[in-house]
Amino acid sequence: MLKKKIYLDYASTTPLDKKVFMAMKPYFFEKFGNPGNLYHSGRVAKKAIDIARRKMEKIINCDPGEIIFNASATEADNLAILGIARANKKFGNKIIISNIEHKGIHSSARLLVDEDFDVVEIPVGSNGLISPGKISKALDKKTILVSVTYADSETGTVQPIEKISKVIKKFRAGKGAPPYFHTDASQAFSYLDSDVKKLGVDAMTISAHKIYGPKGIAALYIRKGIAMTPVIIGGGQQNNLRSGTQNVPAIVGFAESAVITKRMRKKEYLRLKKLRDILEKGIFRMVPKVVLNGHPQNRLPNFLNVSFLDIEGEAALLYFDNANVEVSTGSACDSETLEPSRVLLALGRSYEHVHGSIRFSLGRHTTAEEIRQVLRIIPGIIKKLRVISPLDLKLNESKKISRPEAFAGGRAPHFLRNKK
Amino acid sequence: MKKNIDKKNNGKVSSPDVVNSHTGGSWAYTEKVKSHFFNPQNILLVDPEKETYDAEGIVGSPACGDVMRVWLKIDQAKDKIIDFKWKTFGCASAIAATSILSVMITEKGGMKIDRALKIKPGDIVRRLDGVPDRKIHCSVLSDKALRAALNAWFKKTGQFERVSAEGSKIIDPYVKVTEADIEKAVLGGAFTLKQVQEKTKVGIGYPECIPATEELIRFYCEKHFGK
Repeated sequence: MLKKKIYLDYASTTPLDKKVFMAMKPYFFEKFGNPGNLYHSGRVAKKAIDIARRKMEKIINCDPGEIIFNASATEADNLAILGIARANKKFGNKIIISNIEHKGIHSSARLLVDEDFDVVEIPVGSNGLISPGKISKALDKKTILVSVTYADSETGTVQPIEKISKVIKKFRAGKGAPPYFHTDASQAFSYLDSDVKKLGVDAMTISAHKIYGPKGIAALYIRKGIAMTPVIIGGGQQNNLRSGTQNVPAIVGFAESAVITKRMRKKEYLRLKKLRDILEKGIFRMVPKVVLNGHPQNRLPNFLNVSFLDIEGEAALLYFDNANVEVSTGSACDSETLEPSRVLLALGRSYEHVHGSIRFSLGRHTTAEEIRQVLRIIPGIIKKLRVISPLDLKLNESKKISRPEAFAGGRAPHFLRNKK
Repeated sequence: MKKNIDKKNNGKVSSPDVVNSHTGGSWAYTEKVKSHFFNPQNILLVDPEKETYDAEGIVGSPACGDVMRVWLKIDQAKDKIIDFKWKTFGCASAIAATSILSVMITEKGGMKIDRALKIKPGDIVRRLDGVPDRKIHCSVLSDKALRAALNAWFKKTGQFERVSAEGSKIIDPYVKVTEADIEKAVLGGAFTLKQVQEKTKVGIGYPECIPATEELIRFYCEKHFGK
């Protein structure tokens, strides 16, 4: 067992940067005012938000007033999908999303089906990428919104956002009207250029706790001129698009963390890619029967998602945890709903593969020494669980065993059947 | 560690020590589960030669996420299981449940088959000082694996009247779910097919049995709850 805990789940959340905390601190105490008030304390709080907002606008290269603060990326995604769809219903009722979207988007789109919207899910190719051509084919006069994640949170596969936005712009043919294009950049923001003009997106989600900022704060960029109805209503804050007193310390911290993240972006990209590649190569060298999940090249530099055949992910996660290494899994056993990862299934992985998937995600505090230590313990853990396991799956047989349609008895399991 | 143990509660550990990384939800595994999970007992280490073991049983499917395989040595004269070896693909509670069952069977020099047939999932869960509710189906499978092996033994030795014990009919041959299991699930608060499937996995690999299962659910709901 390792003496010091090794955290390799930065895609899940990140520790708060101390500089960020120091920037936030006064806004919990002496500068506690409500930005909605006209007297001095209120003005101090409002000014803090305005400065934070300007910093963030500069980083994503958008115009003033185009950012709405939310309590989480899930809320920002909800607002983007529900808000844009509902406000633009007069233009059409079709929404296009990829089949690897975060649940915040997926569930919102599903909700809209009950409101007579038509939701089309574009499947990713076996390489994990959404083809802009497929989006182009799906676009029609009724389409009002397209949402494709910048990089998904399970494999970190980076989607061709610029190409997709070009396809959409071409379809719009210079008109400002829908379809609009939203992307969730929660995972990508740390390592990829998130300039909304370069990306060509109309709306974009970013989250603070993935970039060493506080939990409980996220932002939705929405291009000026796009109609949107609020999801949370009340006092009319933030141009009536997101009511509720702004979380001033969190907003200040978010901006600070975004500034630091952008400054470190290039350097961290190269440093973590090198460490990730060492981890990846090491695992494939030392452990037999491993499958890489996600695109081999077009992937965030800190992501490594692999399936260790014949073992179950929750069991592996707990053995890692016991050895003081924290990772995550797409196995059904580790989820509240006992459902296996939708994203990995979408990549064409069989259930057996998904059950054995482990996601390593590196971050700012990951060191070469940590990667060396983790590599030392992996073969032993996998070997031990394989001794316990009665399975002996073959690498190349994976597809034959069980895609949902090939499931024993010819029917999908309960967690798929009851979805429709 | 001592602080966590509540003596009144049979040493049950009360603090959660497993946190779901996706949702932040937490659940508790007891020290007993952890000990059997990290140091599983009676695992079959090398594939056996033919005839080394008297009977073998397997339940579950890799796609469902749980597979248990059990090998038994049986003293036919004494009608007693004298050795129990196993392998399990599954989560912590699945592995711990098979391990503790192997200990229960072998700890006193073996166990009479009639007694082994009476082991219920609840007995296994109790010996583990409890498992999280939604993980109970994992331990439900380990007694099914044992039963599958015993059924194989009964067939091999011509004791057909003992196959599928308790006089309860097997509904789903893949996961060896019986009518009694359906009744137990209903008594445990599962009133829909989905809820019963969550508890028993009935019909997931063998959908042909779903109509019969639905009928049984209605029957037992009426019998026990009058609805």
